[in-house]
Amino acid sequence: MLELTLRKTLRDFSLEVYMEVRPGRIMALMGDNGAGKSTILNMVAGLISPDSGSISINGTIICDTAHGISLPVEKRRIGYVLQNPAVFPHMSVRENIAYGPKAEGLSRDVISARVDHWLEKLEIRDLAQVKAGNLSGGQRQRVALARALATEPSLLMLDEPFTALDADSMQSVKKYIRTFVTEMKIPCLIVTHRVLDSKEIGDQACIMSRGKMEWVGNPSDFPLCSCRDVTVTS
Amino acid sequence: MNRPIVNAGKFQRPLTTIIAAVLIITVTFYLAVPVLALFFRTTPELFLESLQNPEVLSALWLSIFTSVISLVIVLLVGTPFAYFHSRNQYPGRMLVDTIIDLPLVLPPAVAGVALLLLYGRSGLVGKYLSMFGISIAFTTLAVIIAQIFVASPFYLRQAKSLFEQLDPAYEKTALTLGASPLRIFATITLPLTAGGLVSGAVMTFGRALGEFGATLMFAGNLPGVTQTMPLAVYVGMQGELNVGITVSILLVIISFAIMIAIRILAKKEVRNA
Repeated sequence: MLELTLRKTLRDFSLEVYMEVRPGRIMALMGDNGAGKSTILNMVAGLISPDSGSISINGTIICDTAHGISLPVEKRRIGYVLQNPAVFPHMSVRENIAYGPKAEGLSRDVISARVDHWLEKLEIRDLAQVKAGNLSGGQRQRVALARALATEPSLLMLDEPFTALDADSMQSVKKYIRTFVTEMKIPCLIVTHRVLDSKEIGDQACIMSRGKMEWVGNPSDFPLCSCRDVTVTS
Repeated sequence: MNRPIVNAGKFQRPLTTIIAAVLIITVTFYLAVPVLALFFRTTPELFLESLQNPEVLSALWLSIFTSVISLVIVLLVGTPFAYFHSRNQYPGRMLVDTIIDLPLVLPPAVAGVALLLLYGRSGLVGKYLSMFGISIAFTTLAVIIAQIFVASPFYLRQAKSLFEQLDPAYEKTALTLGASPLRIFATITLPLTAGGLVSGAVMTFGRALGEFGATLMFAGNLPGVTQTMPLAVYVGMQGELNVGITVSILLVIISFAIMIAIRILAKKEVRNA
């Protein structure tokens, strides 16, 4: 279970969020550009610090400002696919996926088995030796997802993973996310702009506006909201 | 108002040809012909004979040795410095930026005088060093210090801008995957900027190799100790002309090789981008 209470003063407004996401469930974060969605992910990942608040995953506190606890980014065990999936272009797909397990200091055999597992799961075995710089958008997103999951994270976060994907790639990426989050029983946060995406993949949805949670609920009960960038396509 | 693009093309083509022709003629006569003139003033036999001259060999060896040492120091100190500089905001950052660029606009002879006034026997630092019997001016070390002073901005500027342009998403992702900052630098940052860093290093090596003014002022012109190739050209032109021309030709060949290396690396960089 992911539990977070975070506050941070940003340039134009104060961000205040409280959230609970159960294992195997997906929370879709929606809202205007600059509403604070990516900031939440960055705070959870440890890339930026909250002014106050706490974050715990499955009961383990990774950040608690009141008690001066803040695990460094590399120790948080969070699979985070940024808006730019940032596959390492100078490495092969295999090396990309092996990056996390290698950094963890796992043995060669374990790394190899884990990489093979995720190559298989994401159906990218035939791309294993391809330089990641030569991949298409959809392939990059799959590699980024495999790379994040190969660290066996306790939380998965994706920042606009469906942007710049064609319809087929988008559907397959959604299918993979849903499958793995359920199989691995980990909570998942997804930032998306489209109502259709959150309806298709989200178990819960949260609409953010200027740092505040305007609405939280089941995506099928979406209100008619005034968020400029929330594109209703369904 | 819409302009007729086809007509514009018809008018532009002859104009482009004329400007291109003027450009080619100017570049050839102003830049290439003077360099070619060196080759017309000697013969292969004379060139090879001068190449056996101990002064030429010693200048060649000293130039390569000092330039390589200067380059290694610039790489080892400059790379982490440029990385820190590009990733952090700190007081005096703009001042540091300006100081880095200073050697580019400072006449090398002035740089040499400045280094002499600092490290010379009665210089600001030199007078204390001489108490311990350490003398820097007019030694091979002075050649290296002068080369680093003059050539390091070429690498530092390049490295700074490469690190600043690198999308932070790569390093952030590597961090979330559990990599340490040192590992990220070695496996992500350096490989993704390698082409540009190497071309900056090649430029630095070339500039160090061609250093004249600061070396002459600060290190002097002692054959085998501080007489680098540009100084050997200077001495040769006042005495043995063939020696001067031979060393000049060597410098042209090395410079040309450096430019080709930079072009190849730049192309590689574009392909990787």
